[in-house]
Amino acid sequence: MYFLLFKTFFKIGLFTLGGGYAMIPLIEAEVVDKHRWIGKSDFLDLIAIAQSCPGVFAINISIFIGYKLRRTLGAIVSALGTALPSFLIILAIALFFHQFQDNPVVSAIFRGIRPAVVALIAVPTFNLARSAKLTWATCWIPLAGALLIWLLGVSPIYVILAAGLCGWIYATIIKPTE
Amino acid sequence: MIYLYLFITFFEIGLFGFGGGYGMLSLIQHETVEHWHWLSSSEFTDIVAVSQMTPGPIGINSATYAGYTACVNAGYSVPMSVLGSATATFALVLPSLILMILISKLFLRYMRTPAVQSVFMGLRPAVVGLLAAATLLLCTADNFSTPSINPWQFWISVFLFVATFFGTLVLKINPIRMIIIAGFAGLLLLY
Repeated sequence: MYFLLFKTFFKIGLFTLGGGYAMIPLIEAEVVDKHRWIGKSDFLDLIAIAQSCPGVFAINISIFIGYKLRRTLGAIVSALGTALPSFLIILAIALFFHQFQDNPVVSAIFRGIRPAVVALIAVPTFNLARSAKLTWATCWIPLAGALLIWLLGVSPIYVILAAGLCGWIYATIIKPTE
Repeated sequence: MIYLYLFITFFEIGLFGFGGGYGMLSLIQHETVEHWHWLSSSEFTDIVAVSQMTPGPIGINSATYAGYTACVNAGYSVPMSVLGSATATFALVLPSLILMILISKLFLRYMRTPAVQSVFMGLRPAVVGLLAAATLLLCTADNFSTPSINPWQFWISVFLFVATFFGTLVLKINPIRMIIIAGFAGLLLLY
């Protein structure tokens, strides 16, 4: 059973390009359809929980399912299975890349890739803004957060903590009295 | 003791990394580039490029790579740097392990309460701000050059930024394909 958990999540970790939400269909095919470790509606609940929790999405899902089936050891084995392919592949590339870093061809390629990657980080900003359903009343939150981090060098961790706290204060203290 | 600092830093990143892989990248960027100076801005961008193009979650990929590069830059040998990357990856996963077990054991029923939902209501817009900040912080001379140092590279970079932005946001081109195209453009125009 532990080996099956490990093997399944190793496969999920190995075959998903792009990470995050791109992994959902493969995870569903494996844990819901093939192995029937969790029901379809429970899986949808699990996605919602894993999305709201901090940390890596696919890791959160694997831990939850591993724990459901085989408690703590199952959770550890599943997390290890998901993370190991990434770890090994990246390590191989890192060892390899450090030898070619100063190669003029490689550095020319990366001079082209860098601005593209900055754009790839800019794009989810707009996609997330859409899915967070920002309004004129809430759009100051990301603006203030971005300016604090960018110009004043505030740690994003404090912005996260403050935003969570403000959400809670708003919902429990301000909203009921409005 | 770089391992201890790596552990604490990536544990924090795992604990506060809301909003998926890219939300986590803004934390990794702040901690490894701005705060600890383990990586240069361009090294961080390279790590994101490689993490995007290889299989597996982006958070795990970039933690592994950042842990390794941080140790190499600090002058550690290759095996010691591998240990650094293992430390960073383990520390990133540990909060998930603790939190998800706690949630499935005790707090499953609390996840749907209004109090918990209200915390997430505040978090979601803030993560948008985190990503915006990460984008702005990466607009450096390291990544784009400058008009005075190398105007040719600067304007090519700006063009590649705009093309990738519209290509993935509007035309929905696969990000991995965009990285490969940008790499080709770099080889042809910036060699």
